[in-house]
Amino acid sequence: MATAGSKNFDEMLNADGSVRPAYEEFRQWFDGQDTTWLRRQDAEAERFFRRIGITFNVYGDDAGEERLIPFDMIPRIITAREWRKLTRGIEQRVRAINAFLQDLYHRQEIIRSGRLPIEALRNNEAFLSQMIGFTPPGGVYTHIVGIDLVRTGPDDFMVLEDNARTPSGVSYMLENRETMMAMFPELFTKVPVRPVSDYPRRLARSLRACAPAAYKGGKRPVVAVLTPGIYNSAYFEHAFLADQMGAELVEGSDLRVMDGRVCMRTTTGYKAIDVIYRRVDDDYLDPLTFNPNSVLGVAGIFDVYRSGGVTIANAPGTGIADDKAIYSYMPEIVEFYTGEKPILQNVPTWRCSEADSLGYVLDNLADLVVKEVHGSGGYGMLIGPTSSKKEIAEFEQKLRAKPGNYIAQPTLSLSTVPIFTKEGLAPRHVDLRPFVLVSPDGIDITPGGLTRVALKKGSLVVNSSQGGGTKDSWVLDE
Amino acid sequence: MLGRGANGVYWMSRYLERAENTARLIDVGFHLALTRGSRQSQDEEWKSVLTTTGQLEAYCETHSEFTGPQVFNFLLREKDNPGSVLAMVENARTNARVVRTSLTNAVWETTNEGWMNLRELLARPVRETSLGEVLREIRRTGTLVRGALEGTMLRNEVFNFSRIGTFIERADNTARILDVKYYVLLPSAAWVGSSLDNVQWDTLLRSVAGNRAYSWLNAGSMDPRGIAKFLILDGQFPRSLVFCYDKIRSNMAGLAKEYGVEVPAHELLRDAGARLHQTSIEEIFETGLHEFLQDFIGKTIEISSAIAADYRFSE
Repeated sequence: MATAGSKNFDEMLNADGSVRPAYEEFRQWFDGQDTTWLRRQDAEAERFFRRIGITFNVYGDDAGEERLIPFDMIPRIITAREWRKLTRGIEQRVRAINAFLQDLYHRQEIIRSGRLPIEALRNNEAFLSQMIGFTPPGGVYTHIVGIDLVRTGPDDFMVLEDNARTPSGVSYMLENRETMMAMFPELFTKVPVRPVSDYPRRLARSLRACAPAAYKGGKRPVVAVLTPGIYNSAYFEHAFLADQMGAELVEGSDLRVMDGRVCMRTTTGYKAIDVIYRRVDDDYLDPLTFNPNSVLGVAGIFDVYRSGGVTIANAPGTGIADDKAIYSYMPEIVEFYTGEKPILQNVPTWRCSEADSLGYVLDNLADLVVKEVHGSGGYGMLIGPTSSKKEIAEFEQKLRAKPGNYIAQPTLSLSTVPIFTKEGLAPRHVDLRPFVLVSPDGIDITPGGLTRVALKKGSLVVNSSQGGGTKDSWVLDE
Repeated sequence: MLGRGANGVYWMSRYLERAENTARLIDVGFHLALTRGSRQSQDEEWKSVLTTTGQLEAYCETHSEFTGPQVFNFLLREKDNPGSVLAMVENARTNARVVRTSLTNAVWETTNEGWMNLRELLARPVRETSLGEVLREIRRTGTLVRGALEGTMLRNEVFNFSRIGTFIERADNTARILDVKYYVLLPSAAWVGSSLDNVQWDTLLRSVAGNRAYSWLNAGSMDPRGIAKFLILDGQFPRSLVFCYDKIRSNMAGLAKEYGVEVPAHELLRDAGARLHQTSIEEIFETGLHEFLQDFIGKTIEISSAIAADYRFSE
């Protein structure tokens, strides 16, 4: 069973209990602090988050019920050398994802070449036929990507998941750093940490670089963030990013299509928007093209998009690239479009749609993690080693009924980083989501990202909806 | 800015102002009830507070008695009362969340903190011993948010819409309080100078935080005409009708300047403001105080609807 024990790779401590170089300066500082004071700071952090309103809503709870994502004040530290390798791998992967999308919605060379079976597209809701033959402004499909990484050893980072639709969490990356700097300013004079605070400015620049054909120059392109509204779980982040970018925060009800443009209702009339950073799912974007019951989107926006009146970021239909059924083909996809071996490895994945794989998965359910192909947020998955016989049996039924809905992966012994507890430092499992910006000018990766941590001892689930917390993630300067 | 955003800051400010005014009415009601001997006249006092806030009818649907704790808990926190102070502060905070990007951190944080504090203070029924603290916190929240607005916001459209919301609400509140108590000010030969009169007048002034100001200006002498003139026409008193309209006009002028164009609401407001300035207290009593106030309340609603329509608060 995978618990935080000796066989996990701990990022702070060597097997003999000595401190790894990445954490040396931090540990020295930490050991010199008064524990009572640290505890007080810890409590202070929570008040700080509540006051500035960094909260999220959990689906299914009473509307308006807001929770905090717990923040742990021990940073997760990545060395300059580790980061260099990661950025090369991430850049390669993101380049491949965009080339893959361009290909899928045009000539589909990868399918013709036999590297990806047509079944992977057929009946896949993430593939949008409306996007066929259309190239988004600047040729960019995924303006913002979050790559979820896990670590199993000193040099072993693997991609657990790509997020090519509307990855969230970047506001936590930024606020966690703010909080750390407010709580422990002197720490940052001792440890050379690369800054993350210019992410919103880079995001705005990236988005403006993808202005649509209808933008005729002159003033800077008008950027707006489209949110489903204040009851959305990530509303804080939508408001935060709009604020930091100096963009309008709009809802579907503010928008309407006029004269071939998407316009927002301002106090002095309707005003055209050039680039929409949407935090609304594809399906809700346009009731005329997709879900007719959607009230979150804008009727007719898709036609405007296709005729060059507006840029939508990320482009509709990018979900096909982060679909869990496609994920297992990512090594082939990277190689097909870059001509290089993937720098970052995939987690070995069994596609339950294939009879041999299904047989293996059914025989080894107790050791595997089984995920729904279209699921997210850690829901609808089975973690074999921590599940009861009954839970496994129940899951087996579902799996047998619809094997094509599932993929399986080995239970990884995820790396641990200590968290601050009442009893002192204690190791907990973590993952890392770096944020990647894509524009015609290139690929831009903010040093660090969001570290999510499973706060329960031994737990491997880091999702905030299931008791996960976050940490500030440091990339050390050269 | 977005029409929906203008609507958000406007209502955020209105709700905070209304919450503060309700707190003041409860405070006055509580003090007055304490000085009343009989149970019956205490009940009358609380009934009058409910009438002033326009919630007598809603209260009577679920309550049959008018004891202090019942009434002030209804007004402060009762779950089924959408017009409770807690609901108002929640509405203010929800609106602030909607327009989060238009507000400075200081304004958002004071609004959010005020809501968090009040939610905690109002989580359980309020007892008479803790009423003072609760009311102080409500007033404090309003004061802090106004201070944060004043001290940190750009003097732009957002600021102007917020101010317009505050003063529309305040004008409406002062007029309603006066209207409910107008009979107190009606000249009556038999009553003038009686101690009952003095208490009533003092209550009226307290309800709009004007008792000290009035005393300063009038060296302690009280008369109905003077009080009515003070609450309606005094250009220095920040809760008088004239003062509120002057503020609305100056913030509307700010919008016209920023946008380079006037809207129909400007015309409406200019007329109403001019009439208010030209009238005298004698004239008001001649037409009848109640009629005058009813007319004023109607005009204020008309102006606020025009502002909402002209600036596209909703589709």
